[in-house]
Amino acid sequence: MSIFAITRLELLIARRNMWVATSVILMALFTIVLTLAGGAPTGSLGVDPLTVAVTSITTLSVYLIPLIGLLLSFDAIAGEAERGTLALNLTYPMSRGEILVGKFIAHLCVLGVAIAVGLGLTAVLTIWQYGIADMSFQPLLKLFFTSLALGAAFLGIGYLVSSLVRQAGVASGIVIIIWLICVVLYDLGLLGALVADDGGTFTKDIFPWLLVANPADAFRLFNMSDVSVSELASGVGVAGGASGATGQLLSLLLWPIMALFLAWIAFRRVEP
Amino acid sequence: MTTLKIENVCKQYGKLETVRGVSLQIEAGERVALLGHNGAGKTTLMRMILGLTPITSGVISIKGATPGSRSARSSIGFLPESVAFHGALTGREQLQHFARLKSATTLRADDLLDRVGLSDAADRKIRTYSKGMRQRIGLAQALLGHPKLALLDEPTSGLDPVSRHEFYDIVEELSAAGTAVLLSSHALTELETRTDRIAIMSKGKLLADNSLAALRQTARLPIHVNVTTSEADADRIATELGGERVNGRSVILTCQQDHKVAMLGQITALGAAIKDVDVTPAGLEDLYRYYSNVGEGA
Repeated sequence: MSIFAITRLELLIARRNMWVATSVILMALFTIVLTLAGGAPTGSLGVDPLTVAVTSITTLSVYLIPLIGLLLSFDAIAGEAERGTLALNLTYPMSRGEILVGKFIAHLCVLGVAIAVGLGLTAVLTIWQYGIADMSFQPLLKLFFTSLALGAAFLGIGYLVSSLVRQAGVASGIVIIIWLICVVLYDLGLLGALVADDGGTFTKDIFPWLLVANPADAFRLFNMSDVSVSELASGVGVAGGASGATGQLLSLLLWPIMALFLAWIAFRRVEP
Repeated sequence: MTTLKIENVCKQYGKLETVRGVSLQIEAGERVALLGHNGAGKTTLMRMILGLTPITSGVISIKGATPGSRSARSSIGFLPESVAFHGALTGREQLQHFARLKSATTLRADDLLDRVGLSDAADRKIRTYSKGMRQRIGLAQALLGHPKLALLDEPTSGLDPVSRHEFYDIVEELSAAGTAVLLSSHALTELETRTDRIAIMSKGKLLADNSLAALRQTARLPIHVNVTTSEADADRIATELGGERVNGRSVILTCQQDHKVAMLGQITALGAAIKDVDVTPAGLEDLYRYYSNVGEGA
């Protein structure tokens, strides 16, 4: 009961703070642009227009979804501690796990709505442009659920940071750094290591695992596994087939669980 | 069963001992005021009762439950010092949320908004509220779910005199319904008539814990008698009664409680020279200063 009371309140706050509107507009804008622009090269390449759209949206989602997830979550604990609402909340008969899960469900709903609106627009636009014939919506569903998992992982990371620091301002700084590392610097580092290694043991045995260890890369690989499409993707996406779809899925499922668990451990140690 | 039992509780932060060997019991329906300077350990004691901070040594039980346990938390209503809420919510939304957490009905939340005089502002965002209005929401949430123990940390700070009066009316209702009330305050005068017992803390120690009358008796603080007379008679009367002349036509006398009646007889015997007599017993402020100093060995 307490969990749902918290979820309900957090959803209300997310709506009031325009977080819902901001996330939905962000996702909708980018997906519309990518779907329309992505249609241009289709003729010459001869791939399914939806697959092209999914590919460009995946590339975008790798950046956008972790960012939205972190922005929704960095304030969750530190912000309450700073405002002084945390102490009172913790005197109510509910566990810290319940508080965390309640917030998580609410934030996941916000993410879910934003992703669903974005992908729904993609589907509608593609159908409107090319008609419904011989179109497979499976990649779209795959993209939805893996986006949600990716977002969940970064929600958990955001809560963890939020529990470890006392000020929301500091938490926001740290999550931006984490975002930069996960979606940009990590891949650059791996590329650098690949070049330096020049096809040695690192490239063959360690690199594939390091790649899926990052949820953002696991997400990218999983949604671009189609060989014909991987040519469209740039960067390290092509090189990561070794761990396979199972490894990628496992990474996407384990990350949210692990991050939430760590956040819970950290939150339990918070003295308001 | 005793509602709140605190036995020889200590709290240590590193080397700093903020609460030192405090024992205190509060029965159902009792109102106890906890007094002390800033940093005397009042808030730390409350946080230990709430289970927000671990107890270094000693035992606290709330109706037999340990602090922080679900049953202890269900039976406590807490109003923190400078209470805060999410500004984006309305008062009603916030209170209904707390009602859900305390397994109270949302109808009860609406009733309480009325009770604390916020029904008109209930659907406005909390960020538009004054400090006093936020304090009222804080009080209302502390009353949810019929608490067995109400912990009110500086509850009247930010309230105007009329609101303070209303606040103590609510406290009275609470205690009449069997809730044990522990409140800390700086505003000493209003506590005199509105609480059953006074507990005084200084530097982490509990220095006194008794009714106001009993505290007065132990402290043996002098009673002040202010005699108003005419300017011509003031000096004569001051020497006759053994008092001190102040601002032209007044004489201040001090005496112990057991000499009060005799002294008043002496004054009335002077007849027409006396215009007026005021008797002031030692106030809570004097008592508080007295007990704080005793504790500090001054």
